[in-house]
This record gives sequence, structure tokens and C-alpha cells, in this order.
Amino acid sequence: MAYSEKVLDHYENPRNVGTLDKESEDVGTGLVGAPACGDVMRLQIKVGDDGLIEDAKFKTFGCGSAIASSSLATEWLKGKSVDEAETIKNSMIAEELNLPPVKIHCSVLAEDAIKSAVADYRAKQAARRAAAKG
Amino acid sequence: MAIKFPIYMDYHATTPVDPRVLDEMLPYFTEKFGNAASRNHAFGWVAEEAVSIARERVAALLGAKNPKEIVFTSGATESNNLAIKGVAEFYKDKGNHIITTKIEHKAVLDTCKRLEKQGYEVTYLSVDEHGMVDPEDVRRAITDKTILVSVMLANNEIGTVQPIAEIGAITRERGVLLHTDAVQGIGKVPFDVETFNVDLCSVTAHKMYGPKGVGALYVRRSKPRVRITAQMDGGGHEFGNRSGTLNVPGIVGLGRAAEIMRLEGSAENERIKKQRDRLLQGLQERLDETKLNGHPTQRLPHNLNISFAYVEGEALMMAIKDVACSSGSACTSASLEPSYVLHAMGIGDDLAHSSLRFGLGRFTTDEEVEYVLELVTAKVKKLREMSPLYEMVKEGIDLNSVQWAAH
Repeated sequence: MAYSEKVLDHYENPRNVGTLDKESEDVGTGLVGAPACGDVMRLQIKVGDDGLIEDAKFKTFGCGSAIASSSLATEWLKGKSVDEAETIKNSMIAEELNLPPVKIHCSVLAEDAIKSAVADYRAKQAARRAAAKG
Repeated sequence: MAIKFPIYMDYHATTPVDPRVLDEMLPYFTEKFGNAASRNHAFGWVAEEAVSIARERVAALLGAKNPKEIVFTSGATESNNLAIKGVAEFYKDKGNHIITTKIEHKAVLDTCKRLEKQGYEVTYLSVDEHGMVDPEDVRRAITDKTILVSVMLANNEIGTVQPIAEIGAITRERGVLLHTDAVQGIGKVPFDVETFNVDLCSVTAHKMYGPKGVGALYVRRSKPRVRITAQMDGGGHEFGNRSGTLNVPGIVGLGRAAEIMRLEGSAENERIKKQRDRLLQGLQERLDETKLNGHPTQRLPHNLNISFAYVEGEALMMAIKDVACSSGSACTSASLEPSYVLHAMGIGDDLAHSSLRFGLGRFTTDEEVEYVLELVTAKVKKLREMSPLYEMVKEGIDLNSVQWAAH
């Protein structure tokens, strides 16, 4: 299979590979996929006091398109608000990377990872507010 | 010696034509272009003579006593189809049961599936964790309706060499015919249709440095005399077993390739096995959590199938794009299913996704092996740095305890 130049670029020079402290209250972590399916993505966001995503990191077990999809997602997340983050759709990722039909599921996984990270962050914030009230 | 890129390490898929083979083929395209079936002029005689020499050479490689036991075909897919369908049709009054294995090539498996639709019964034997068939399983599966057992000599993915001689002793004793797809194993491991009691055997030229589009089926002529029903109607070529004008240049190439394999195979296999072992040991020394797939000793000398845990096979192939090899990963196959061979061996889908197959061959150099060893090591390490699974395992998390969302 031939890869698009953008997939190759993200694959060869992945942006934002790494790990944020998943215990930290301002970090949301999303872990999606399954080893048996051949792809697992972990995507993390760190949200600043201004409500904007100040850092995003990923690690991915998967094919080149899965790695590129998560790398691109972290790039797009930085500087966005949490609400804006949720507007990133798999179709946007697939279009940007020119993914072929058999690789669309990689972009779907990246969208799931974003949603999962945001949900984890929101849950932490809700727990913190509840603790403050209690 | 300078390395030429890309490096070819996919000799199970196909091989380049040996220049000596090509030299012998070339005249048969031009000045010696006759039809081997033209019995009444010199052009035909020259072609027929060349085909006859090729037949003897292929017979010699297989250990066949009579060159007339060699039927030329378009390749091993046709040979497998002809063997299995030909026997099934000819012996249908004797029985309707065929025994094969779960790890055969699709040319055997899909042929058997078609016969099932026509009312034949097929038993697909399981293999052990090394991909090995138990001859006693063959014995137990034989019924009074069994007409054919088909087990490959060696597997194309994992390189496991099957105990064909032991199976042959059983099928001979029980009066059942034995077919073996010897495409990968011929010339690489000990084999002889007489001592192994094989009745039908498929080979192809392009896996042994001959041209694509030509192969052969060995069909035993005595003790027992094996009969097959031809699957193509026409001029009755190949002793009535396979109609169609003979591909004389291709057959000449197959013959020469078979002769080179017979004469030089054992020395060549020794050299390639050393290179393969160097690659395996080097990778195991440099990387943790690798797994050799297939049998540790009973395997093709040129095959290395290895899983690098927590790294996905297609991503790894992309990282070593200067090296042509293949992967059991779903992502590299059209079906998006991981390798059915690894699955049949009980290897989890996660490790199947992480497998690479290297096939070394006649033109593999030591320099290439060293280059591939260092490149794969570096890229596996890089991809593990990016792998959430590797990080989790290093933190002491049992991946089996995680609730994964299958998608």
C-alpha cells in the first residue's frame, strides 16, 4: 500500500510522542483500541487555568496510519479549548492525511481517543468540584 | 561489498531467475520456438527434446523413478487444484473423504472448500504450537471413505517442516493416497517421493530461481498407479493429464532450476541457514520480548518468522522500507484478518499483528544480514518508545487484565 506524504511525514517525525502524569488533575487520558485488533492509542491532554489545552501527548501501537492519525490529533489539540477539542471529527483527520478507505478506522480511533481524554478530564474536574463543595 | 537497496528478504514470495536458468531458456523463445507437440518436423523435435530433459531433471529432484510421472502445469496453484480435484473426481466411487491441515496454502484450502460444496467431506487437521501436524492425527482421521491426504512439505509463513515420511508410512499402510505441496520445501529439506511414500507432489519454478508461470505435478505411476481426472479439456497433452500447448521456455527454466537446486542445494542451504541463524540470534540478543514463530529446529533453513511484542508489524515494515519482507499483521493483507496460520498455532492476534517474516535466499549477502539486523533493532526500539503497551508492561501492568474496547 502506498502512503500519502502526510502520513509518511507524521510517521517518520511523529509530533508529541510521550507521557503526561495521568494522576494529575489537569490531565485527561484516553486509552482506546485493543492489542488483538492491532491498534491501541493513548492520547493525553493537559489543560491550563485558562481552559485551553496547553499540551497533548500520544503513544500508539498500530500501523503507520494509526500513528499519523494520533500525531496529527495532538497537533490540532494544542491551543484549543476542551469544547473545541470535541469538534474534531475523524473525517477531518482522514481528509488531512488522505487516508484510504481501509485506514479510515485509524482516524475513527483517533477521534475516540480525543473524546475519551476529554471525558476523563471532565470527570476529574467534576470530582474536584464535588470534593470542594463537600 | 556495497549493499544495493532495497534489500530483498521475501524469498518465500518469489525468487529472481538465476542467470544460468535464463541463459538456458532464451533460445526457446526465438530460434527454438517449436511446439513440443509437433511430431513431424525438426522444430517440434527440438522442443520435445528440451521438455524431455527438463522432465528428467525435475524427476531427479523429486526422487521420481520415471520422468513420465512429471506433469507440467502453469504453477503450484494449478498443480494443487489438479492433484486434489483430479483425485477426488477419479476416485469418487471409492470414497468422498479428504484429510488436510488448517495451515495449507489457500490453493489447497480453497480447493477443498469447493469440493465440500460438491458433497465431499474434508477434515482440517489442527497443528501444535510450532505449526506441526501429528502423524497420529492423520491415522485417527482416516476412515474407509478416505481417498486422499494432503499435507504440505513446509509452511510458507512459519517454515515448519512437516513429518511427511511418517505420514507417508501411514497412508501407504492404509491404502490412502498422499499429496504434498512441496513448493517451499523442495530442495531446502530432505525429500524423496519414493522413501517418503508420496503419491502426488506439487512444485513451482519461481520459488527456486526459475520463471513464474510454470510448475509441475508429480503423479505416481506404479505401486500404486495413481490416476487423476484432467481438469482441462483439449489436446490431451501431458499423458492426458493436462491439456494445453507446453510452455517450452518455462519448462526448460524449471528443469534447469531443479537441476541447480539438486546439485547445489545442500551447500547453499548451509550458507543461508547460517545467515538466518545470525539474524535470529542477533535480534534476540539486542531486543527483549521477541518470539520465534514456527518450529525451533524443524524449519526451512531460509525462514525466519518472528514477533516483536508491542510493535505493530505494518508500522515496522514501513520503518524498514528499504527491506522487502512480509508480515502476519492484518493491516498488510487485503482481508484485514491476521494470519490464519499463526492463528491455527494458537498465537494470539496481538503477537500475530507483531510478526515479520524474513525469507533469505541465494543472493542474500552477509552484509545485508548485518544491515537488516541493525536496522530492525533500531526501528523496533523506536516504535516501542511510541508504544503505550510497551510502557504499560514496563510499569508492571498485565495487559490481559486491562478491559480493552474491541473495535
